[in-house]
Formats: sequence, C-alpha cells, structure tokens
Amino acid sequence: MQVPQISVFLENKTGRMADVTEILAQNDINIIALSVADTSEFGILRLIVNKPEEAYKMLKAAGFTAMTNFVIAVEVADEPGGLAKILRLLSDAVLNVEYMYAFVEPSTGRAALIFRFEKETEAVRTLQAGGIAILQKIDVFKD
Amino acid sequence: MIWDEKHECMERGELEALQLERLQATVAKVYEKVPFYRKRLDKAGVAPGDIKSLADLARLPFTSKDNLRENYPLGLLTVPQAEVLEIHGSSGTTGKPVIMAYTKQDIDTWSEVMARTLAGAGAEPGDVVQNAYGYGLFTGGLGAHYGSLRLGAMVIPTSGGNSKRQVMMIQDLSSRAICCTPSYFLALAEVAEEAGVDFRSTNLRIAILGAEPWSDSMRREIEKKSGVTAIDIYGLTEIIGPGVASECAEQDGLHINEDHFLPEIINPETGEVLGDGETGELVITTITKEATPVLRFRTRDICSITHEACACGRTLVRMSRVAGRTDDMLIIRGVNVFPSQIESVLVGIEGAEPHYQIVIRREKALDDMEVQVEVSEKLFSDEIRGLETLEAKIRDELHSVLGLRVRVKLVEPRTIQRSMGKAKRVIDMREQ
Repeated sequence: MQVPQISVFLENKTGRMADVTEILAQNDINIIALSVADTSEFGILRLIVNKPEEAYKMLKAAGFTAMTNFVIAVEVADEPGGLAKILRLLSDAVLNVEYMYAFVEPSTGRAALIFRFEKETEAVRTLQAGGIAILQKIDVFKD
Repeated sequence: MIWDEKHECMERGELEALQLERLQATVAKVYEKVPFYRKRLDKAGVAPGDIKSLADLARLPFTSKDNLRENYPLGLLTVPQAEVLEIHGSSGTTGKPVIMAYTKQDIDTWSEVMARTLAGAGAEPGDVVQNAYGYGLFTGGLGAHYGSLRLGAMVIPTSGGNSKRQVMMIQDLSSRAICCTPSYFLALAEVAEEAGVDFRSTNLRIAILGAEPWSDSMRREIEKKSGVTAIDIYGLTEIIGPGVASECAEQDGLHINEDHFLPEIINPETGEVLGDGETGELVITTITKEATPVLRFRTRDICSITHEACACGRTLVRMSRVAGRTDDMLIIRGVNVFPSQIESVLVGIEGAEPHYQIVIRREKALDDMEVQVEVSEKLFSDEIRGLETLEAKIRDELHSVLGLRVRVKLVEPRTIQRSMGKAKRVIDMREQ
C-alpha cells in the first residue's frame, strides 16, 4: 500500500517552515510525519498528513511549489536491530533507498518508517519476502 | 608617444579626402561582391557612384548585428575564403555567433590601430606588455597581442584568469603595461594586496582597460589603489576588435581611428544623424576592412563625439565614454550576455516560459552573475538529487550558450518581482 506524501519546495529563508505549518493549521490539517532535506540554498519539506488532497490544494493556493507522490510505509519492530534488519535485506538485494524517515503510527503507537525507493516494486517484494510488514493503511486517512 | 603621426594628426581636410576615397572604394566593393549589401543598397536607391561626399554616408542603409548573424558564418566575405587568415566571433542573442574575417591586410590594420592604442596609453617599444585579455574567438586577446608585436614590446600572453600567476609575472617579468577588463584589473589588485604585493613597488604603470562599461569613479579607484594610469579603450568584433578608439594621456575622450572607421552618432529611434556633443547611438562604417567590411554598423553603444582639438596633438575625433546600451545586452566579465539567451536555455529545459531573474553583483571586483529560476511544479522533485541535477543542467547549458560560468539558484515561485505583469529580469547591482 502506498501512502500519499506532499513535498514542498522551500528556499532557505527564515519563516518558510512556519508559513507552511500555519497554512496546514488554519485548515485543520494534522501532520503525522515530516522530514526536511536541504542544501545550503534550498530544502524539500516532505509531509504525511491526514488530509493530503486538501493540504496540496491549500499550499498551492498559497503560492508554494508542491507535489504529491506515493511512498511506502513499513512497520519496524521496536527492538534493537529492527531497522538494521530492514536495511540489510535491501542492501543484500542491491536496492537503493532514495530517502527515509521515521514516525509513530498513530493507531498502534508503533514505530514506522517512510521509504522512497529507486526500484519500488522490487523493494516491496524483497521486504515482504523477508517478513517485513508493509503498512496497508495509516488509520488517520480514514477521515 | 604618437605611433602614426601622419594619420593620427592629419589635417581635417586631408583626412576627409582620404576617408571619402576609402568610403567610395568600400561601397563599390561590397556592392560588387556581397549580395546582401547590393540588395540593401538597391532598395535604398543608392548606387556606389552616388557617394560624392562624406555627407552621402547618411544615405547608406544601416547594418544591425542581426543582419550579420543572418549571414552566418561567412556570407559577407568580399574576398575568396582562401585569402582569409583568421576569424573572430562574438556572441549574440541566439546560439549562433557573429563571425568576422580578417585578411593579411586586416591583421596589419588591426596591428597598427592597436599599436596606436598602446602607444597612446604610454607604452613604448621595448616595454613588457602583459596581455590578460582572453585569447580565442574573442578579439581582446589577439588584438592586444598583435598591437604589442607591432609596437615592438615584449608581450606576455597570460590570457585571462590565474590571478596569482598574473601577479607573479608582473613582479618577475617587470610588466610595465597590462591589458585586461577593468573589473579584472581590480580583482588582480586585490589578489596582489592579499599576497602583500603593492603594484607601486613593481614596474607596472599602465593599465589598458576595456571590453566592458566602466566609469570615471572606477578609474580613480584603480589609479589610487595601484598607482597606474588607467586608459579606456573601445572596440568591437564586428568592426575589428579592440583598436577602434582609445584614450590618450589626456584621458579626456577616446580618439577614434577614423582613417579606418567612420563614426556617426544617430538618434536610435529615428536614425537621424546628430551633431557634435549630442548623445546618441554610435554607428561605424569600416573603410579599410578587406574581408568583412561593414556599412553603418549599429553598435548599440550610447555616447557622443567631439571634433574639438585635443591637447595631445591628435586630430582624430574623440568619443565620450560609453554611457550605456540601446538594447538589453549585459556585459559580464567582458562577455556579452542577452537575457533572451538565458530565456532560451530555460525554455529548452522546462518547455515553457520560465520565471527567472538575473542578479549581477561585483564581488571582490569580479562580476558575479546569478540566475535565479523559480521552481515550478514541472521542475520540482521530491528528491534533493533531482533538484541538484536540474541546477547543474541549467548551469551547464548556460555555460555552453553564454561561454560564461554563472551561478544558478532555485527559488520559490513569486520570489521574483513582477511589475505591470512583466517580470523585472535584470538586477544589476554593480556600481558603474
């Protein structure tokens, strides 16, 4: 199951993150997970939110460059070596991770990871074969 | 020192007779040899025999840079290609440069006018001339080179860049004159300063500066900082390169080598010829050029000319420092840049009209050009690598089109000022 993710282009300027989060707040959108990737000049803010379509629309209306794509959410065993196991499986299959970030799955309170793979289908197959649970849904998307 | 007293100090009547004779020969030649000119002259209703006085120059049609480009690469040759010894080129608004050709005699003329330039600046036979203009299609390098050879100076062909080595050469080879752009000279002075070298303690006394617009305040800064006499020179590839006009020791206007290049000042809107002291667009007709003569070339440079006598004794007409351009051409580190070139690169990448802005600063006395590109949804990626690839792609393509390294900065939409629905494309923060 793929999870919708919103990416927003940000210049490295004071207040831009505040601007984005305020727009989401004003529209009653909750952030479940986020990560920021940056260079010295610009950054990409990636968000998993409870109302992705609305979030995208609002950010675009506010003049941000934003896009929606789909990422993979994976549950991680909450014990030493939980993440290492996942990464080893991928590494053994020579599959690259473009980026990843962690969050807490709201309904279960368990650790989970967002992955963006270069070769997504193969990566998902590899993880499943290795006994790793791909989250079928994140509960907050229900509403 | 006056290099060619006969021509540089010629009595006006004698000079005008020479100019007329050369103009008539030039018009007759291009009419006979170049279909482009013949068509234009026929359309204007002027036959070569109609040129009876210098005033008839105004009857000839103008030639624009676009006209030259339309005849790329060698459509305007008046001689068999076998007689062409060298070519030079300048960039333009599209990918195609303008190519101008030189016969043996053209190289000879160029050497002469550049020897005049160097001598007028104070250089003498036996001097060491460090030539930091770029060698290549750009005319600066070889023009100053040929002039130095003709003068009988020892030329150090350092070309542009490698500032530390330039400073080392100035010290170790006792360069007395240097040729480069004014901004590069300031950059060199800074590198020297950082290395603890004071140009006053070297042999360097003359800086022959051109290929980009600069001001008297910049001249004062250069002279104060480095103890050199800074001389302004003017030229353009379409005419011959450097050597079209240059200052004498009076530093009060640039003497145009009008026994080779006939100047006019026109109203850029109406084409009407203006008088002495009136500011307008400089138009030049070559009257000795062999391979690629040009009739009434619109330089797009804004200045005025004066026939008043100069204290140096030269009778050649003087043009004022170039005050600006009639088009949107920018000169960055001596290289011509048109905003439309940048636009064409971005259109090629995005496939749509992009929002961009050019910011020019002078950092450490060197021009620094930054192209800011708004990241549209089409260009955006959720991966840093994707955006960095985009940045590098824009940078590389700009480099290949402009022949100049520029910085590219990705910015958020609507960062770039828009006025009256039209974006302000160029922010030039350099002090003139």
